[in-house]
Amino acid sequence: MNAQLLNSVGRDAAKVMNRSDLTRRLVAKLKHEEAVVGGIGHTHFDLWAAGQRPQNFYMLGTMGLAAPIAVGVALAQPQRKVFALEGDGSLLMQLGALGTIASLKLKNLVVIVWDNGSYQITGGQPTMTAAGVDLVAIGKGAGLVQSVWVKDEAHFEALVEASLSSDGPLFICARTDNAPPAGVTERDAAKIRNKFMEGLKVNTRGNQQTYAGAA
Amino acid sequence: MVQETTGPAGETWDETLVRVFKANEIKLITYVPDKVLAPLIKRLHADDYFTVVCPAREEEAVGIVTGAYMGGLRGIVLMQTSGFATLPNALASLTVPYQIPLLMLISERGTLGDFQLGQVIVCRTMRPILNSLNIENYAIERQDDVEFIADRMIKQAYATQAAAAMILSPLLTARVTKK
Repeated sequence: MNAQLLNSVGRDAAKVMNRSDLTRRLVAKLKHEEAVVGGIGHTHFDLWAAGQRPQNFYMLGTMGLAAPIAVGVALAQPQRKVFALEGDGSLLMQLGALGTIASLKLKNLVVIVWDNGSYQITGGQPTMTAAGVDLVAIGKGAGLVQSVWVKDEAHFEALVEASLSSDGPLFICARTDNAPPAGVTERDAAKIRNKFMEGLKVNTRGNQQTYAGAA
Repeated sequence: MVQETTGPAGETWDETLVRVFKANEIKLITYVPDKVLAPLIKRLHADDYFTVVCPAREEEAVGIVTGAYMGGLRGIVLMQTSGFATLPNALASLTVPYQIPLLMLISERGTLGDFQLGQVIVCRTMRPILNSLNIENYAIERQDDVEFIADRMIKQAYATQAAAAMILSPLLTARVTKK
């Protein structure tokens, strides 16, 4: 990736943006059936609200596993670009995953964190990022060389655009506000899984080669 | 020192499991280390057929294998009893509701002569957790049963889209066999 894009500001100077708006900007750039794993809470609500693509997976539970699930998809389908969307509170529960991603050197993986410094869905209690924990610094320390704070919306779009045609792993952290999400995901786990697998052209026996439409 | 149990074909349990994994196209191995599983892990690392990932926690391994399944790559999580005890939330909020055929191979610690107090206590929680989540589980106790149990549990998991926990009992992994 262009070094200029990765040469960014620190958390303090990063613009506080809107999660719903950034999610829509991301989805608008996805033209090749890229997979997107939306983490628990408002993260997947906004992914849902940005348009129900067949290649979206929505996590109704399990804080911290959006990135590991995306790792699994990326390992299974190296030809497909895979995005994980996660909140700061969730990522803080599974920081070891950043080391796993760095060690696997997954070229087709992008992890995006919406850092609003709070557990917004449970009443806005502050997370430790609000007290100065810097997720980009942690990403770099974990071995993710391409770890970057988003300066503003234009920078975010440029990073997403560049990620589609350059090697990952890429770790993007964006500061976001506490505006409510733009929608609420339909809470049907089995349906979510089935639609996602159809979107990835995989049958329920976990086999790509023999995929023959919806199970 | 533990001596490996040998079956009728002269195979050890870890050799049989490698064969069963391949027969079922289980290509992705995730694990958090365990001494009992060490010979199997060594074998898997040495075999190019397998992609082997060692994440920081068992939960992460569950996430990776879940994503891989949905992407069309079959995988399994290898762990010991204490590692399994970290998983109830992931199993209850991801594996079960999303109907993921998550394969788990658990080395059963904390029974039949373990020296670790923590393992002994946490061991009591394993089957109650598996049973309360209605997750298929079966202990493998004899070399003669390794292929039958593992192969059938794997096939059932994918056929029914439900998780399966294969428990490696010390009766299999720690028993000295008379030759």
